[in-house]
Amino acid sequence: MTPDAHIPDGPLKDKWTHYKNHAKIISPANKRKFKILIVGSGLAGGSAAATLGEQGYDIECFCYQDSPRRAHSIAAQGGINAAKNYQNDGDSAYRLFYDTVKGGDFRSRESNVHRLAEVSNAIIDQCVAQGVPFAREYGGLLGNRSFGGAQVSRTFYARGQTGQQLLLGTYQALSAQIGTGKVKMFPRTEMLDLVLVDGHAKGIVVRDMVTGEIRSHAGDAVLLCTGGYGNVFYLSTNAKGCNVTATWRAYKRGAFFANPCYTQIHPTCIPVSGDYQSKLTLMSESLRNDGRVWAPKRKEDCAKAPQDIPEEDRDYYLERKYPSFGNLAPRDISSRSAKEICDEGRGVGPTGLGVYLDFADAIKRLGRDVVEERYSNLFEMYHNITGENAYERPMRIYPAVHYTMGGLWVDYNLMSNIPGLHVLGEANFSDHGANRLGASALMQGLADGYFVIPYTLGNYLTSQFGKKRPETTDPAFQEVEKEVRERTAALLAVKGTRSVDSFHRELGMLLWDKCGMARDKAGLEEAIARLPKLREEFWKDVRVLGVGENLNESLEKAGRVADFLEFGELMCRDALARDESCGGHFRIDHQTPDGEALRDDENFSHVAAWQYQGPNAVPTRNEEPLVYEEVKLATRSYK
Amino acid sequence: MAGHAPSSSAAAGFPVLRWFFSSLGKKTVVAVTGLVLVGFVTGHLLGNLTFFFGPDAMNTYAMKLQALGPLLWVVRIGLLVAVGLHIVFTMLLWKENQAATPQKYAVKAPMKTTIFARTMRLTGLIVLAFVAFHLAHFTLWLVNPAFAGYQTLLNGHEVHDVYRMVVVGFQNPFVSGFYILSLALVAFHLSHGVASLFQTLGLTNQTLRPKFEFLARIFAWTLFVGYSAIPVSILFYG
Amino acid sequence: MNFTLRVWRQDGPETAGRFEEYPARNIPDEASFLEMLDLVNEDLIGKGIEPVEFDHDCREGICGTCSLTIDGVPHGPGRGTTCQLYMRSFREGEVIVIEPFRATPFPILRDLTVDRGAFDTIIQSGGFISERSGSAPDANAVPIPKTIADLAMDAASCIGCGACAAACPNSSAMLFVGAKVSHLGLLPQGKPEKNRRALSMVRSMDEAGFGNCSNYYACEAVCPASIPASFIASLNRQYAVAAAKETVGATL
Repeated sequence: MTPDAHIPDGPLKDKWTHYKNHAKIISPANKRKFKILIVGSGLAGGSAAATLGEQGYDIECFCYQDSPRRAHSIAAQGGINAAKNYQNDGDSAYRLFYDTVKGGDFRSRESNVHRLAEVSNAIIDQCVAQGVPFAREYGGLLGNRSFGGAQVSRTFYARGQTGQQLLLGTYQALSAQIGTGKVKMFPRTEMLDLVLVDGHAKGIVVRDMVTGEIRSHAGDAVLLCTGGYGNVFYLSTNAKGCNVTATWRAYKRGAFFANPCYTQIHPTCIPVSGDYQSKLTLMSESLRNDGRVWAPKRKEDCAKAPQDIPEEDRDYYLERKYPSFGNLAPRDISSRSAKEICDEGRGVGPTGLGVYLDFADAIKRLGRDVVEERYSNLFEMYHNITGENAYERPMRIYPAVHYTMGGLWVDYNLMSNIPGLHVLGEANFSDHGANRLGASALMQGLADGYFVIPYTLGNYLTSQFGKKRPETTDPAFQEVEKEVRERTAALLAVKGTRSVDSFHRELGMLLWDKCGMARDKAGLEEAIARLPKLREEFWKDVRVLGVGENLNESLEKAGRVADFLEFGELMCRDALARDESCGGHFRIDHQTPDGEALRDDENFSHVAAWQYQGPNAVPTRNEEPLVYEEVKLATRSYK
Repeated sequence: MAGHAPSSSAAAGFPVLRWFFSSLGKKTVVAVTGLVLVGFVTGHLLGNLTFFFGPDAMNTYAMKLQALGPLLWVVRIGLLVAVGLHIVFTMLLWKENQAATPQKYAVKAPMKTTIFARTMRLTGLIVLAFVAFHLAHFTLWLVNPAFAGYQTLLNGHEVHDVYRMVVVGFQNPFVSGFYILSLALVAFHLSHGVASLFQTLGLTNQTLRPKFEFLARIFAWTLFVGYSAIPVSILFYG
Repeated sequence: MNFTLRVWRQDGPETAGRFEEYPARNIPDEASFLEMLDLVNEDLIGKGIEPVEFDHDCREGICGTCSLTIDGVPHGPGRGTTCQLYMRSFREGEVIVIEPFRATPFPILRDLTVDRGAFDTIIQSGGFISERSGSAPDANAVPIPKTIADLAMDAASCIGCGACAAACPNSSAMLFVGAKVSHLGLLPQGKPEKNRRALSMVRSMDEAGFGNCSNYYACEAVCPASIPASFIASLNRQYAVAAAKETVGATL
């Protein structure tokens, strides 16, 4: 079947305006009768909860963290894009829209991206009004920088802590609503399943992570704002708690999972140093504004100290291959180039998995003071982690999993194919296509929560007038609650020999190897064959100590890893079925002679929306064609 | 007045009580009364220093002070109230602080806190004991009743011979030793207290704070030197 | 590297706690403190002992979730969060004492995990600028001098980890509250609610049972975000003005 995206009619630039003018509106008196369940309290969930709360809806918001202020949006460093054109450098909503579609390698939905670009300016206004201390110039006006390969300066930033400041703005807005009682907040509460009543999403089953209580919450609509699934790779730049459980459970209840193979690998992370490692640390991409990426030309030089390698023996490969973008080439391209270098055996560092990011020229050109002013926090972080001084020797960097463009399928209303189930932020698939541009994730999370869902939610809710909200004592809830309890009990009952982490690490290594930066048919098929065995072993041999009725992190992790083990297979299936290369999805068997991604627009200009068919059945791959009215498909070139 | 008072209904009806019994209000009270007492010890020292100008100078100063009559009592009562509030509010704060930290860490790591800050309550209490003794000694003449009989002629009038009382008083090395020790503790107390009151009253910032801290110590130990100079000179030079 | 850990174990909020001693063997010196605990936990699981519960999430020093007191110092030696502490900062063979953040308003949930919900409650009482989504004027409509924006940013960098209150001998939350009151009070957008904010946040802080500031500055010494205690002075000032205004019935 072809899922209907419900894209409004009319020319692209008028679609959103037209939609808003005709959107169904719920009166204030009626808003308070609707209870909305929001899962996740990051930029998307927090902003949605705050906005819908202040509009008068009755909100319940859930997060697994101990406070909504700790959602992983907080870790974004670089900035947030908006088409303000404050720099008078030719920016416009259209240009932001076009760059985003192109950056996504022409695999995103035009109408959604255009709307995102349109509301981008309002986000900046909103955040400034909330007290987000964006960088400013001496005259008091906002500063901008060029970021992540954009040719205009449209990125607003707050030191290297933009995500933190935006999230705190959202958190404060949310806190104001919690203070008034419009939003009821449930921290340390993890959603473990979705409840459908007559085919509509009407509730969730959660586990209180402190007491272990498993209980249901009923509402008139459910918003999943639960972030991405990057932790399926075990090592990623995501927070340790990030997981796929909420979206995966929704998928198993019938929601389509779109483009799970679109994963983003960030080029500037600190390389892995050993198997004890629990996570990877990202260093802001802004480093590439002044740092030059290189590797030795000859393998023999790799073991040498970098300062002993003369200029003529260094390969500044990004500048060589992409003269116009150079070190600022988009993330997928930079990452892949680094991998190629290391595959050729020219990688540096103890593991051979690293390339240099060199500031020597920048220090010569700008002086150490300027470099310090711009990047001192990052240099300190690097020094703290590696013990090396990047002012004196180049940093070593290597790509790491960072963001996932895939997610639950949603229509223009941000509603999934399950009526009432809305999906916002990184958890949905809609805006970034096959690759996300820098400084766009924050933009999307806030756009969805502050400016899209408040308009589109009414579209669903108006259809629910007169329908009584189900009670958590209804059989539908009791049934799901029972399943969740059994599953939790099953995890505790295995009493095997291996820790949860050991399974997670094994899964991560398999996927990084077969479904990471470069993929091919044989590898993906192998992974698909091995995953069921790993799952089986997990359920036979995992060791989860303790009880369910207490704070028990092993148990939490076990549930998440069990879902990752299932999800990993879907990711590989999607990567196998998408028999082309595009953006973050690079198939070795589909590349141009000089190693660039080779798209197949004729056969793959569509969204793959996977539909669950049962525990051991192969899921169905539905296609939503991507219709480009405004943009002409082109080969992405950054040369 | 258990715990923080602002939520108690009695205080809620009176904004001023609600203010003064809030956590920050209590601190403000301690800081303001502390400031009053700093003013007192400064003035007291300036008065004491008349000692070095000879008996007449000191006795004149004492006589003029006595001549203030009712005004002197206003100052005395004011100081007594300041001392009382300073102590009572510190104790209220202390009680709450105890309640907020029932379990201490197994490993003690003092971090940035200075010894002056850590010993505020102790130095304060010892200074209080000293003040009691000092009053009994030189104001109420309870320690040495003979002080009451010291008279001298000043410009033809018979006045109390304060100068002689001081000299006799400090000739006792135990009294002088206790006096000097107590003043060292006063200096300890003020080393933290003076800078601290600027912080509590909000009259500082990142640039000024280290300067206040430095000046507060100079001030405190200058007071110490000034006060101690009298017993030291009596002990060593008669 | 090898260490001996003395770890606080406590089954639940109501039960008594105790120290347990565990060996930490063959720890790479590039491992972070939390990775060292991961390895010890793997070991414990292998032996059938329930792993030590501790809070952690982003492991890059920004989310503020991790919260250990190491050898008496919240977040351990050096500046930064526990997750940014690396084992090369410790001596071979050292005995390391690990305790939860301790303060009455931060009840222990289990082992090293504490509940810092009191901080959320304080923010909910007034740590925000009331503003309706979509009603904001253009972001450049009100210029804010760079120096003010920078100072506000200094205050806003607070990660809400609670180390300030945990380090304070009085368990005072003044640095946390001072940072937020200063951040919002400095900006023109936050001025209209300045007085109300200072009053309600301080009251909420008092009600939560935090102790009082004695200007010990232990908070400043451990703050991973390097928030200076001058923001406490600023809170004192703002609160005094607001309380005085309220006392005389002036418009807040």
